[in-house]
Amino acid sequence: MTTVVASNYTAHKERKWTDYFTFSTDHKVIGIQYLVTSFAFYFIGGAFAEVIRTELATADPDFVTPALYNQFMTIHGTIMIFLWIVPAGAAFANYLIPLMIGAEDMAFPTLNAVAFWLTPPGGILLLASFFVPNGAPQAGWTSYPPLSLVSGVWGEEIWILSVLLVGTSSILGAINFVTTIFKMRIPDMDLHSMPLFCWSMLATSALILLSTPVLAAALVLLSFDLIAGTAFFNPTGGGDPIVYQHMFWFYSHPAVYIMILPFFGVISEVLPVHSRKPIFGYRAIAYSSLAISFLGLIVWAHHMFTSGTPGWLRIFFMAATMLIAVPTGIKIFSWSATLWGGKLNLNTAMLFGVGFIATFVMGGLTGVMLSSVPFNIHVHDTYFVVGHFHYVLFGGAAMGLFAGFYHWFPKMTGRMINEPLGKLHFILLFIGLNITFLPMHKLGLMGMNRRIALYDVQFEPINLICTIGAYILAVSSLPFVINILWSLNQGEKAARNPWRAYTLEWQTSSPPIIENFEEEPVLWTGPYDYGTDSEVVNEEETVDDMLAEVGSQLRYRS
Amino acid sequence: MKIPSNIITLIVGVVITLISLWCGQNHGLMPVAASYDATQVDSIFNFMMSIAIGLFLLVEGTLVFCLIKFRRRPNDQTDGPPIEGNVPLEIFWTAIPTIIVFVLALYSFKVYDNMGGLDPLISNNTPPQQIAMDGNHKQVALGIGTSANESGEIVPLMVKVQGMQYAWVFTYPETGIISGELHVPKNRPVQLTIAATDVLHAFWVPQLRLKQDAIPGRNVTLAFTSNREGDYPIICAELCGAYHGGMKSVLHVEDEETYAQWEETNKPIQKASLDKTVAVNPENLSGGEFLRPYAHKMGIDKETLALIPHP
Amino acid sequence: MRDRYSFRCFCLRFTLSLLFHKTIVMQGSTIEQPQITVNLHSGHPDHRFFGIALFLIAESSIFLGLFAAFIIYRTIIPVWPPEGTPELELLLPGINTIILVASSFVMHKGQAAIKNNNVSGLKFWFSITSVMGIVFLIGQMYEYFHLEMGLTTNLFASCFYVLTGFHGLHVTFGLLLILAVLWRSNEEGHYSSKSHFGVEAAELYWHFVDIVWIILFTLVYLL
Ligand code: HEA
Ligand code: HEA
Ligand code: CUA
Ligand SMILES: [Cu+2]
Repeated sequence: MTTVVASNYTAHKERKWTDYFTFSTDHKVIGIQYLVTSFAFYFIGGAFAEVIRTELATADPDFVTPALYNQFMTIHGTIMIFLWIVPAGAAFANYLIPLMIGAEDMAFPTLNAVAFWLTPPGGILLLASFFVPNGAPQAGWTSYPPLSLVSGVWGEEIWILSVLLVGTSSILGAINFVTTIFKMRIPDMDLHSMPLFCWSMLATSALILLSTPVLAAALVLLSFDLIAGTAFFNPTGGGDPIVYQHMFWFYSHPAVYIMILPFFGVISEVLPVHSRKPIFGYRAIAYSSLAISFLGLIVWAHHMFTSGTPGWLRIFFMAATMLIAVPTGIKIFSWSATLWGGKLNLNTAMLFGVGFIATFVMGGLTGVMLSSVPFNIHVHDTYFVVGHFHYVLFGGAAMGLFAGFYHWFPKMTGRMINEPLGKLHFILLFIGLNITFLPMHKLGLMGMNRRIALYDVQFEPINLICTIGAYILAVSSLPFVINILWSLNQGEKAARNPWRAYTLEWQTSSPPIIENFEEEPVLWTGPYDYGTDSEVVNEEETVDDMLAEVGSQLRYRS
Repeated sequence: MKIPSNIITLIVGVVITLISLWCGQNHGLMPVAASYDATQVDSIFNFMMSIAIGLFLLVEGTLVFCLIKFRRRPNDQTDGPPIEGNVPLEIFWTAIPTIIVFVLALYSFKVYDNMGGLDPLISNNTPPQQIAMDGNHKQVALGIGTSANESGEIVPLMVKVQGMQYAWVFTYPETGIISGELHVPKNRPVQLTIAATDVLHAFWVPQLRLKQDAIPGRNVTLAFTSNREGDYPIICAELCGAYHGGMKSVLHVEDEETYAQWEETNKPIQKASLDKTVAVNPENLSGGEFLRPYAHKMGIDKETLALIPHP
Repeated sequence: MRDRYSFRCFCLRFTLSLLFHKTIVMQGSTIEQPQITVNLHSGHPDHRFFGIALFLIAESSIFLGLFAAFIIYRTIIPVWPPEGTPELELLLPGINTIILVASSFVMHKGQAAIKNNNVSGLKFWFSITSVMGIVFLIGQMYEYFHLEMGLTTNLFASCFYVLTGFHGLHVTFGLLLILAVLWRSNEEGHYSSKSHFGVEAAELYWHFVDIVWIILFTLVYLL
């Protein structure tokens, strides 16, 4: 009966497992490649964090030498930011954007593959820096000159190259996301019926396109100073280290929003589905992402309140920074209102989603404190800052990442995840996270500075607590890894739409076929219109069933 | 018994407010305050704590309430109510944070101004200069603190601060003292001119709530008046190399007499005493006994000292 | 989404037309299919130009970063250019500027030609453009070799070489693009009035390089 239709589509290529290890241009393969690569680096970066914490369990530098400590600390920060959170955001974007807007692939599939394949070499290069003379870079992930110019030339140069590679990758990715979102939506999906994840990726990509190149410029200049003997940032040759700080933070402050916005998007997808309610304030959430990216571009000097910033400028940057609390607050409150009155299905994805709000708020509030100049002067470069950014990065971005991971795992793999193990993962992670990072605020306020291998004995007890928390975090990845391995093989087969969600990616099979949709997906409702159809939706309902239903209703009416 | 919901809201609001006000004052998170400016910073911190705790309780409370009250009952496959927004509510939660943020910004501005952050003489940006090893810096740049000329009566104590890997060196131009530790009299304005010889460092005294980067190629002013006697740690807060964690010294705030005595005994400048001062340094470090084994690695030796500019 | 009723109606109409579409196909009838713009398995519309535009935004950001650094140095360093910097010669770079700016107009003629299906016109104008580009690069090289400062002489010299060098790289890349277009245009029917993405992309890129040069020239040579 449907042979005529089907004949167009039977020519589909089969997916081979080797696709995942080669230069595939399929956006779903690339998405998975990004995701797996980023998680590999997460475990490496996490292992380094455990080294850091083990060293800091006691006041003496007895576990690793101070120089080695700085190497681990630098690589930990760099990996976690450039090789975990940023590529993981790209992973979700690659996998989901074409599916969500009903396209069969990204706008530039080959470019997409090129972008991905820049990442693993970047990461391997970075790790290889441990084996060059003088070892890995030791100047922190910020690489402030003049220190970065005098502590190991090759480690630093490798760091620059590796960040340049990853940065290029993220620029190419952003070009793809924007083009795909603007040009490839199915005809009747306008910008305001697009899932919020796409909105957040627009905001993210804008930041990437505008700010990452400036980092590239800074690193090129730094590189000249390092190996060609120029003195852009070197005061002994007449240069100025503060200029580097401005250029670096012009990228790296927006970078923190590059890291959080995709996961704001993820949360906006996860919460409505599992609370069976429409997202509260669609437009407010969409536009606040844009407001955050705009404000994010003009606040960079809040990282430089104690260095070379004139007084009146500090005041400007303080006010601009504080303003970011407003659009972010709109999001937080809208999400809470989405939960309110819903039918919360407390599965793992949802727990991580709610956990995200809970911990991100903590990090956001300390962020606003940090932006107050007189207070910042006291706590800048202390563990208070370390506490702040782990709450927003680990408690925010990473929790959002896990929420998305559990939410789309059935879609990506065709298998359901094991819920009890997932919940165990959540509980261990949530507890470990708070034990590790909450006490850090106190440490910072009392006078413990960051990036040190040896510290004052008075801080030993609290540091021990942090270290224990970090071990709990390490243990928490055990149920996670077991869960994935088990579910991939033994997990229950996932239906097309196990969460009864309305966004388009759930209209195709799990995992989606090559080129995504059997037939043109149908936008029969907005992305979050839960509760408008009171009847129970059939789990196994296919597009055909839905069409038939709609058609019969219409015939009945006319 | 059925309590009307607005009464419950009211009670919850009052409880949250009380808790946050109390916590904002009694958190015990800050070290002692050794100057008037430090107490001002504390008051803004307390203010922010109150707001933050209030907002924190509000959001977390809502989440926990939702998790308990609105969780899905088994076998309930229905959807929640299709509420898509509520304009007055959204305006409310946009306006309130805006107001809070404005108040906070104004308050911060005021405290910052009181601390002298906008003092034209001190906070002005003046150009960086090529580092010349003679250390003959004349410019003043971007610091914080009320500049000495304005605060009037008492002549401030001028001290030059040099940061280097991994030590602080304090030079008193008036008396010619060079020391590894900073001695200042209580209640007398102190004006530091901070510079660095090699890489970035940062001068931080937690008890004064003051921190300023030492930037090679620039001179930065930092002014304070301590009103509490005691020994406070001076910490380097900017990553400056492997032994960054060990780059510490002590600030002694002393009464008039003790200070005068110290000044007297240290006045004669000869090369010998110079060596001695720094060599003694690690032992006096608060809780810093562990540092001694590293002293030679840290490069505190005659060569390093030779680099110190002589007044 | 605010206007729920009309939205739903729209969806219904749409799905219904799709339903018809399916029924028709199922009956195997040859009736003309309803006009739904289905983007899916039909040919890919060309988004490359949009992509290039985004790429150029990113490119401008790099240059903006470098220019900003230059301007900061200019404003905060007391003596600028630092003492001992040789005066920059204006004549040669001036001529160079004129050549580069002119080449943009020449190139545009090539694009106009291909819009009229005139491939030999395209070849002609693009060849001239590429020669102009080469002359610019040679002029730049000449200047490099005759300047009395090197990359590390002082901050100004470093800025000078990095800025002009980075721009020179872009000129080289643009030149390669032009040569690639010329190469391709030898192929019968590769470019036509309908399809000449390569020509437009190369031209856009060249204009970009041109504008950057004007800013650079003003900043480094004139100010
Ligand atoms: C995902 C990453 C991420 C995110 C989202 C943020 C978000 C914010 N950050 Fe953070 N930050 C970092 C990552 C991030 N940060 C990192 C990595 C560093 C250290 C870099 C380094 O030095 O190595 C840093 C450092 C840092 C500093 C410099 C500290 C220092 O070194 O001295 C400052 C100062 O202003 C700051 C401020 C803020 C603010 C105001 C926000 C805001 O966006 C937060 C907004 C959110 C909320 C406010 C919560 C929700 C809102 C409400 C509930 C509404 C009501 C609230 C109020 C009215 C207050 N951050
Ligand atoms: C996304 C970003 C991110 C994330 C997720 C983390 C995660 C963690 N971070 Fe990190 N951190 C940074 C970003 C991040 N960090 C940055 C940017 C810096 C600043 C660097 C700088 O100053 O330059 C920093 C600095 C930093 C410091 C301060 C160092 C210093 O200033 O001296 C500390 C100290 O405790 C720390 C600890 C931790 C811990 C315990 C975790 C834990 O959450 C980690 C948990 C990880 C795991 C649990 C993985 C465990 C895996 C294994 C143990 C391997 C087992 C293998 C298998 C199971 C196969 N981090
Ligand atoms: Cu000096 Cu850290
Ligand atoms: Cu920031």
